[in-house]
Amino acid sequence: MNEFVFLYRGGQAGRSPEQAQQVMQKWMAWFKELAEKGHVKDRGQPLERTGRLVAGKRKTVTDGPFAEAKDVVGGYTLIVAKDLEEAAELSKGCPILEFDGQVEVRPVMKLNM
Amino acid sequence: MELNEHLFRHEAGRMVATLTRIFGVHNLGLAEDVVQDAFCRALEIWKFRGVPENPSAWLMTTAKNRALDVLRRERSARTFAPELTRQLESEWTLAPTVEEEFGLAAVRDDELRMMFSCCSLRLSEDAQVALILHILCGFSVDEIASAFVSSHASIEKRITRSKKVLAGSKKLFDISGAEDFARRLPAVQRALYLLFNEGYHGASPEKAVRIELCHEAMRLTSMLLKNPLGATPSTYALAALMSLNAARLPARLDVSGNLTALADQDRSQFDQALAEEGLRLLERAATGPELTDYHVEAAIAWVHTSAQRTEDTDWTTIISLYDKLMAIRPSPIVALNRAIAIAQREGPRRGLEEIHAIQDSDRLANYPFYHAALGELEIDSGHLEDAREHLVVALKLARNPMERSFFEHRIGACR
Repeated sequence: MNEFVFLYRGGQAGRSPEQAQQVMQKWMAWFKELAEKGHVKDRGQPLERTGRLVAGKRKTVTDGPFAEAKDVVGGYTLIVAKDLEEAAELSKGCPILEFDGQVEVRPVMKLNM
Repeated sequence: MELNEHLFRHEAGRMVATLTRIFGVHNLGLAEDVVQDAFCRALEIWKFRGVPENPSAWLMTTAKNRALDVLRRERSARTFAPELTRQLESEWTLAPTVEEEFGLAAVRDDELRMMFSCCSLRLSEDAQVALILHILCGFSVDEIASAFVSSHASIEKRITRSKKVLAGSKKLFDISGAEDFARRLPAVQRALYLLFNEGYHGASPEKAVRIELCHEAMRLTSMLLKNPLGATPSTYALAALMSLNAARLPARLDVSGNLTALADQDRSQFDQALAEEGLRLLERAATGPELTDYHVEAAIAWVHTSAQRTEDTDWTTIISLYDKLMAIRPSPIVALNRAIAIAQREGPRRGLEEIHAIQDSDRLANYPFYHAALGELEIDSGHLEDAREHLVVALKLARNPMERSFFEHRIGACR
C-alpha cells in the first residue's frame, strides 16, 4: 500500500444554510465510505486561506492569500491506496468537485527506494 | 454525529435574530454577513474534524466570537443597538453583555422579537411571509422562489425592499409591552397562517417542499406559544388548525405531490400523532370568550380528520361550522366551501343552488376551484357535458402544474 495526499482547492461558492448542510453531509458520507474501506490514514486539517509568505535570502514577508481563491489550498487528507490510479479514482467521490473545486492527488515519496 | 434535518437553516435564523438584536436592526446586513461567515467556518472545520458534540452551541459560539470582533473593530465607526450602546462601549461590559445576549432565553426572545418585527404594518402580507422565511427560517432567495413557484428576480426584489423597510424601522419591535404585543399579535398569527397555507394549498409541485413550509409555520407557532403573551386561545387555535391539517397532508398529496380528491384520500396515511396533538391544542384553545376564525377552521379540520371514511364525515357539523365562519370572516371562498359541504349532505342539486346563490361570486371568477366545484357537482348530477365545460375553464385558470394535472385528470372523468 502507498500513501497519497489529497489537496483540496477552491469549491467555496456562497451557499444557503440548507445547501451548506447538504454539502457537509456529503463530505461526512464520503469520508465515512473511504474510512470503512481503510483508505483514510489521516483525515487531515483545514487550512486558513490567509497567512504569510516568507521568501528568498532576504526573507521578505508578504501577506497572503498567494493565489486566486479558486487555487488556494483549503485543506489536505492523507490517503492509503494501491497505486496512483486507485487514489485518483477515490478522489472522484469528493463533493468539492460538484462545486467547481479540485482535488490534487500527490504520492508521498517513499524512503526505501 | 448526524446533523438534525434543517439544523443549519434553523440556526441561521436564531443567529441572525440575536446578532440583529445586538448590532441593531439597521445593521441587519452585517448580522447576515457574520452568520454566513460562521457557516463557512463550520463547513471547513467539520469536514475534517467531524461534527462536534453540540453543533448548535458550536455555531452560536462562533457567531458570538465574530460578533465581539466586529463590535471591537467597528465601535468607533458604527452605532449598534441603541438600547445596548452603553454596555457595548465599555470593554468591561462588552463581553458579559454579548454573553448574556447569547443566552438561551435571550435567543428565544430574539427570534420572537424578529418575528414581530417582520410583521410590520408597513409591509404587505406577502412581504411579511417572505421575510419570515428568509430571516427566521434561513431560506435563500432561490429557495423561496422555488417554494412559491416565482421568479428569482421578483422574490429578490420583494426581500430587498422588505429588508430596507425593516432596517429603516430604527428599532426592533418591543415584545415586553403587553399592549403593543397584543396589538401586533393578529398580524403575526395571520403571517404564520399564510405561511402554513402556502405549504398546504401552495404552488410547489414538490411534496417535500410543501411539507417543509407547513413544518416551519408550525415551528414558529409553537415558538409563539412558549411566550406567555403569545399563548392566547387564538394562537392555540391556530396551532391546532395547523396540526390537524398537517395530519392530513400526507394523504392530500400523492407520491409525486399531486392533489388527491377528498374521496380518494387514503386515510390510513393520516398522521395520528399529529391529529391527537391537534385535538389537545384545540382543547386548550377553547378557553375564554373569544371565537376566532382559527377556532372554527380547526374544528372543521378536526371533523374531517376524525372521520374513519369519507362517507362517515359529519357534514351537518361542518355546515354549521361554515355558517359560523361566514359570520366571523365572510368571504366567497368560505361560501363556496359551505356549498360543497351542503352538496355532500343534500346532493349535488342543492350544492349547485348554493353555489349559484353566492353573493359577489364574481370575485371567484378567476379561482380555478370555483369552476372545478361546479364541474364536480355536474359530474355527480350526470351532466358530463356541462361538467366538462366547467373543468376546462378551471384548467385554463390553473396556477401551477399540480393543479393543471389534477384538472386534466378530472376532465378525463367526464366520459
